Amino acid sequence: MSELWELYKTFAAIGSVTFGGGYAMLPILERELVNKREWTSLDELRDYFSIGQCTPGIIALNVSTFIGEKRAGVMGAVAAGLGFLTVPIIIILIIAAFLTNFTELEIIQHAFAGVRVCVCVLIVQAVMRLWKSSIVDKLTLALYLIIFMLNAFAKISPALLVIASGLLGLFIRRKY
Amino acid sequence: MTLIKLMYEFMKTGLFSVGGGLATLPFLYAISDKTNWFTHSDIADMIAVAESTPGPIGVNMSTFAGFKTSGVIGGVLASFALALPSVIIILIIAKFLNKFKDNPLVERTFYGLRPASIAMITAAGLNVAKVALIDLDAFSISHNLNDLFIYKAIVLGVIIFIAQRRFKVHPVLLIAFAAIAGIIFKF
Repeated sequence: MSELWELYKTFAAIGSVTFGGGYAMLPILERELVNKREWTSLDELRDYFSIGQCTPGIIALNVSTFIGEKRAGVMGAVAAGLGFLTVPIIIILIIAAFLTNFTELEIIQHAFAGVRVCVCVLIVQAVMRLWKSSIVDKLTLALYLIIFMLNAFAKISPALLVIASGLLGLFIRRKY
Repeated sequence: MTLIKLMYEFMKTGLFSVGGGLATLPFLYAISDKTNWFTHSDIADMIAVAESTPGPIGVNMSTFAGFKTSGVIGGVLASFALALPSVIIILIIAKFLNKFKDNPLVERTFYGLRPASIAMITAAGLNVAKVALIDLDAFSISHNLNDLFIYKAIVLGVIIFIAQRRFKVHPVLLIAFAAIAGIIFKF
């Protein structure tokens, strides 16, 4: 029981300081889990990260699940995951309660209009960051353009596009 | 009934969004199109909130949508629904960790998944740009190309882009800067 509580507490603390998601988390996890608690090694953490990146769901949550499972089995994974989610959920509940009342204010509307511009730039930069590891040849470039068109203009379900492109990769790429 | 639909939609998002954070965006836009849970502007705002508060955008958005449709219980359940598929998948993978890592079939699948993932993130970026950088309403009234682009927004975007590239300013600071610019120049 104390082990589960320890996991919950640790990941609640981690979940409350990770801004910006995924990639920003590695240094914090390294400090908390490798250096301070010695629950895992840096190599192992990197493996969790790369798997967490290419499996469905949120990378940080995937890493929490891995560590929790390693420490205390299925219940450990659940405790770590719940811990990780606690603070973000509470914060958004508070903000959402505020947003519904405060978005009517003109000053908030101006602020958010400015912030949306910033969000645009952040998305462009995320795409640039991922480009090198994703678009590796003409085929992946073609796939990128086709999926972009289908998603942006034909409004085809993203789930369908994910399944189709996964299968395409599986059957087209034979040299390995 | 709404709760079940809410959980179903976010579970689907959790199951199919590969590549973290922004990969949930295309699913959120799809949910926005077929329900009245949140608008495209809500998504753009929530990306900003997610970047400046702890926690991944998927969780933030599911909490927000759940709260808007069914209060606190909705917020909590929608977030759990989002998390559930990936927790189950990781528990399975944890059992076969080493085999999974070096499996050529997995590598081949990701050869196709990676470009699809960033293609849909690009489409999500276009959706935000449609709200942030151009003014379709003004254009459809005047049919004047000058009214289509929100020039001060474009200038701000270029400044932020350069600030991030050259000086690696933290996203939270960029968002605060953009909010202040929005208030001062009345965006």
